[in-house]
Amino acid sequence: MTSNDPPASPTAEAGHILPAAHFDALLTLLHEDGFDVRGPRVQGGALEIGKLPNAAALPQGCSATQEPGAWRLQHTGTPAWFGITHGGMSWKALLHPARTRLWSAERTADGFSVHEDAGPAKPFAFIGVRACDLRAIAVQDNVLQRGPYVDAVYNARRNGAFLVTVDCAEPSGTCFCVSMGSGPAAGSGYDLALTELDAGSASHRFLVRTGSRAGEAVVQRLGLCEATHQDSASAKAIVEGASARMGRSMDATAARATLSANRESPHWQDVAQRCLSCGNCTMVCPTCFCTTVEDTSDLSGDIAERWRLWDSCFTFGFTHVAGGTVRESAGARYRHWISHKLLNLHEQFDESGCVGCGRCITWCPVGIDITAEVAALPQDVS
Amino acid sequence: MKSMAELIHAHPFLAGLPEPYIATVAGCARNVVFEAGSYIIREGHSATEFHLLRDGHVALELYSPRGGSKVLQTLGPGDILGASWLVPPYRWTSDGRALDRVHAFAFDAVCLRGKCEADPAMGYALMQRFLPVLMQRMSAARLQAMDMFGAQA
Amino acid sequence: MSAAVTQLAPVPLRVAAVVRETADSVTLTLARPDGSAVGPGAPGQFNMLYPFGIGEAAISLSSDSAETLVHTVRGVGAVSEALGRLRPGDWVGVRGPFGAGWPLEAARGRDIVLVAGGIGLAPLRSVIHAVLRDRAAFGRLFVAYGARTPRERLYVAELEDWQARSDIDIAVTVDAGDAHWSGRVGFVTALLANAPIDPARCIVMACGPEVMMRAAARQMLGRGVPIENVYVSLERNMKCAAGLCGHCQVGPLFMCKDGPVFPFGRVQDLLGVREI
Repeated sequence: MTSNDPPASPTAEAGHILPAAHFDALLTLLHEDGFDVRGPRVQGGALEIGKLPNAAALPQGCSATQEPGAWRLQHTGTPAWFGITHGGMSWKALLHPARTRLWSAERTADGFSVHEDAGPAKPFAFIGVRACDLRAIAVQDNVLQRGPYVDAVYNARRNGAFLVTVDCAEPSGTCFCVSMGSGPAAGSGYDLALTELDAGSASHRFLVRTGSRAGEAVVQRLGLCEATHQDSASAKAIVEGASARMGRSMDATAARATLSANRESPHWQDVAQRCLSCGNCTMVCPTCFCTTVEDTSDLSGDIAERWRLWDSCFTFGFTHVAGGTVRESAGARYRHWISHKLLNLHEQFDESGCVGCGRCITWCPVGIDITAEVAALPQDVS
Repeated sequence: MKSMAELIHAHPFLAGLPEPYIATVAGCARNVVFEAGSYIIREGHSATEFHLLRDGHVALELYSPRGGSKVLQTLGPGDILGASWLVPPYRWTSDGRALDRVHAFAFDAVCLRGKCEADPAMGYALMQRFLPVLMQRMSAARLQAMDMFGAQA
Repeated sequence: MSAAVTQLAPVPLRVAAVVRETADSVTLTLARPDGSAVGPGAPGQFNMLYPFGIGEAAISLSSDSAETLVHTVRGVGAVSEALGRLRPGDWVGVRGPFGAGWPLEAARGRDIVLVAGGIGLAPLRSVIHAVLRDRAAFGRLFVAYGARTPRERLYVAELEDWQARSDIDIAVTVDAGDAHWSGRVGFVTALLANAPIDPARCIVMACGPEVMMRAAARQMLGRGVPIENVYVSLERNMKCAAGLCGHCQVGPLFMCKDGPVFPFGRVQDLLGVREI
């Protein structure tokens, strides 16, 4: 489209319609374009992100209940294809892998030679990215690509990725994206944004909004019909319904003041009585980016490798320096984690590190709730 | 030749003290020189004089029959030597040994205490000079006791 | 996007010289050929050093040499101990230089006070070298150095050279003397009480244990040095050195890319928070 084109018709502004029956055409096109297509799949009683050959592989007929400390898959027979908001795994597992070899090296006459591992052969296409997770990808973009140094591994995996979002029709029991301004409808950064309409009926279809030239090109090649105002209104109603049913919220602005006023609060010891320092919250958090490295060598000592692994600020050794560990107490480690999410990331990257996905609440074995912990701190009185 | 008042006014410890006070305390002062190795003060002895060091260095030491003499701290030009003359029972709490040739002003303790008692404003002005030095030394001694420069400290 | 993709792979450099400083410290000189992928770095910056197959450690530059990289390393863990076992002719991997260095530009025309404790002299030695190289550009240079014992002093021969020079005023003290020690005894901050400096026109740079730097900074503030002229160098666990691994954060600051050298005013409140 150029600026000389006539104004788009009202229906084109509303988006396009992808009939559910033609969903595979989208997947086929992406496969043919050379993408490694990934999406939500039920595996072993959990929701994972896996290879997505066709729409039949989606978690059709499944729901999940989420509450503090619990995630349960339910075969409810729901007609929705995207009835589960998310599982413990997030897209960061693909963009910022949990375990990756950075390089291998071999001793030579001139010291040693280092071979860096190449990135993935194919770019990713993600199907079913939730609004919260789209924001989370943007947070990791800022941390890993927009600072003075660009992370090579993330860069190779993130560049060229094609993102297809799905708006949430039903919040999970731990969601609070509305209060974090990140959902339930996708904001910016997607290529295509879908809203699932009339699941279970003959008119089961997806409203498609485009967010990039690549997305527009896909819509054009699929030859999708334009949506009606009624489609658009239905999608709006779905999102508004999900917003209204969201049971949790956090005052993100107040949280910054509260956390900065409560660095020495006895409440951190209270959290420490419950927190197991297991690090689950950091593993499932879609914005947590911390890593460590492990250097290895073979028995001859002539071949060496460096591996990078997700790390958690809840581990005792995370802040180890000569002489000891800085954050020795579990309370200090929890304070660091929550402060980084809700306070420090604002100063570092001008945005919140929390997108309201609720995973840390769901996957905490003792159900510690980030929204409740903020609320439990004495409010800033200054 | 400079008067004692002019001389002591140039010492960092007394710099800026009002002229009348300088004149008053100068009446208690004399010039002293100690040869390297000599003891200026001895632990337990009467603290009859206190010293403002002008030149040379002094080691504050404690002696124990098992460990011999151990240097706690060294002092140099600009420093004061000893505060025990201010506090009953007016006995030195460490030895002070000249490490090299030491030039100092010695103030008679009874004389200076008497003048401070007679003029509390002057006494307070002097205490305002002693206290920061003693605070700084206490802080440094605590940090020294932490032994923080070891590899695992 | 102007930032370059960060270097993951260490560049092999040859160990040109090894000087044993103390029982647990060595100074490594690494040959840095012209056109090396590893830059010479500025005083206060650090490199990630990689003894082959062992691991990586962040080590400050301890000289401002452009042709070589000089690092003084104290053996306190597997990596630093492996670095301490290197011999001339061995190879060591290097990534860097990283971080914000000492404020040498701001120090031009001013008096400089360096407060070093223990291994903290190593990063400040690069400042001394830089000042001596361009001596007329700076005012007086006062160095206060505190070591644990006389045997644990770094750069002993160089300390004597500096003490003999008239263009540096250096005072060395030890926490505990020995039978042969005729120098000063006491904590390093005691050297600052009567330091011959003009508080209004000096820049203070402190490096050592945090508790020492806090005490030194407060003492210089007490002497009237404006807080914006007091700098400290901080240390935290580092893996990537590029602000990507998250380890070295102190509040909102990344020690690796925002530091390790900070104006004291920017960190003093953070350093007062336990376990931050």
